Amino acid sequence: MVERTGWAPLRRHALLLLGVVLVAFPIYIALVASTHPAADIIAHFPLWFGTRLVSNYAHTITAGIGSAGAPPVGRMLLNSLAMALGISIGKIVISLLSAYAVVYFRFPLRRSCFWLIFITLILPVQVRILPTYQVVADLHMLDTYSGLIVPLIASATATFFLRQFLLTVPDELLEAALIDGAGPVRFFFDFVLPLSRTTIAALFVVEFIYGWNLYLWPLIVTTKQSMYTIVMGIQHLANVPDATPPWNWIMATTVLAILPPLGIVIAMQRFLVKGFIEPEK
Amino acid sequence: MGRIDCCGVTKRYRDKLAIAGLDLAVAHGEFIGVVGPSGCGKSTLLRLIAGLETLTEGSIRIGGRVVNELEPKDRDIAMVFQNYAIYPHFSVYDNMAYGLKNRGVNKAAIKREIARAVEILQLEPELLARKPRELSGGQRQRVAMGRAIVREPQVFLFDEPLSNLDAKLRVQMRLEIKRLHQLLGVTTIYVTHDQVEAMTLAQRLVVMNHGRVEQVGTPHAVYARPASRFVATFIGSPAMNLLPARWTGASLEAGGVLWPLHTLSPSAAPRELILGIRPEHLRIAEAGAGEFEMTVELVEDLGADKLVHGRLGEVAMVVRVAGGVVVQPGERLPIRRTDSAAVHLFDSRDGRRIELNA
Repeated sequence: MVERTGWAPLRRHALLLLGVVLVAFPIYIALVASTHPAADIIAHFPLWFGTRLVSNYAHTITAGIGSAGAPPVGRMLLNSLAMALGISIGKIVISLLSAYAVVYFRFPLRRSCFWLIFITLILPVQVRILPTYQVVADLHMLDTYSGLIVPLIASATATFFLRQFLLTVPDELLEAALIDGAGPVRFFFDFVLPLSRTTIAALFVVEFIYGWNLYLWPLIVTTKQSMYTIVMGIQHLANVPDATPPWNWIMATTVLAILPPLGIVIAMQRFLVKGFIEPEK
Repeated sequence: MGRIDCCGVTKRYRDKLAIAGLDLAVAHGEFIGVVGPSGCGKSTLLRLIAGLETLTEGSIRIGGRVVNELEPKDRDIAMVFQNYAIYPHFSVYDNMAYGLKNRGVNKAAIKREIARAVEILQLEPELLARKPRELSGGQRQRVAMGRAIVREPQVFLFDEPLSNLDAKLRVQMRLEIKRLHQLLGVTTIYVTHDQVEAMTLAQRLVVMNHGRVEQVGTPHAVYARPASRFVATFIGSPAMNLLPARWTGASLEAGGVLWPLHTLSPSAAPRELILGIRPEHLRIAEAGAGEFEMTVELVEDLGADKLVHGRLGEVAMVVRVAGGVVVQPGERLPIRRTDSAAVHLFDSRDGRRIELNA
């Protein structure tokens, strides 16, 4: 680190603070708005917290905003949680197994398999949305959790990332384990799984947030209100015909939508950095 | 018991022949050192015996049983790796216990085995609960050896086990390994590129080059009567001096000097030879009594002795002299052999040894 003196540290702090303000201000607005009655927000936007915190949140979680055609937020949170967990856990299971196969097993077309997986990186959901929808519809998985989850759990990114990690595990470890009598299944559970623990945790955080923030896919696959996820549901809330949108409740909903991923990041923070830069050897 | 018989062992990678038809018989309880430069196939041989590579041709028997098709775990061997290959996420105890657990040995027996290994290796028992990353290099090495000991194998395989340690620890662990072998008497194959390690540890040396065995013999035999030019330069430090020589029918001429060799029979010898003399078999002679004169180029002081590098005509020569002798670069020194028998002759075409006293 270069040691600087004089005004330089102050300037840098000012810049960082500006960045923090830019990012945090909208969240602050949402927090403030969610504590006022609807009418207050329309008239003069308040800059400080109001008194309706408890009632606004209680209302959004349990009753929802019926006029906007959306289920209670509690239900949407649950749907989102199921989808995000399903996607992140599913991705990790599938990716770990395929990375294990690609790294440790010699089978015909092994390289081709790996590159095939790798190439799917350039085909995200948005690109293959029509065929994928067709498949899901034909399998009668519309408006189901499996319809939300299954088409998204194949992940080239996670496979690639875990493969790179497994390649750093020294060969001697495998050889010593072979001499100690570990077969493929035992090697997986005794070595691959525990050694990639931090990498898996880091991937979990990233994939959970990815799953949670999905918008386009749930919008297409779900038509029943009871299957709405929160991120797409928010958009429905603002679509009230012939009335002012209930901004206080909408803001309360957005704040609630931020909380689960925030919780995950805070809880897994330790692994997030470690898993990506210095996996356990 | 722990016999190993390698018969025509051949290993071919896609385009490279790593080991070409190697035969080797190791007696029960013997300590064999396998030496050679990197890429000579010594590690491949060890991995073939361990079952980590599959044979292209030939057969390997351990304890009289053909193991070609057996999994490593069924070969009754234990291996110590260069980088120890200790399981980083297991405690020291679990590292040693893992192989036994997989074999279905009961907990009490595992505990007993580990206690025995800990005692043999003089490991502090409180280390057992630690993770490998909390251990020093020497301790890790011991744990790796402990993991081998608890298996009570017929054969120990060591793959350059000391090359990751610093010089002092290496000497110490070398003694440990020797002691271990004396105590347990298990057949051992020890691969190293360090000839000192191999000489000090092994009862018999296998010198390998380019996937072939150049010579098998006791360390002394390999040193005293190297079977080829390669062995002559590989074993011994500093390396043997080699001079291109010509057999004129009556005498041997090398480096512009005539060497009297009464025992060489004129007809048996080819005309082009290589004459080898070890640096320790040359000494500085009194003025006028030298067999040849050498121009000194530089001197390496090792304390106990000095290595005098110089030239005899075109050929670089090294002479080992006592530490007290004062030699200056540029000097011309009279040199003679300590023993007229301490010379080696090799065929200049195939490098094979030519016996002098036959």
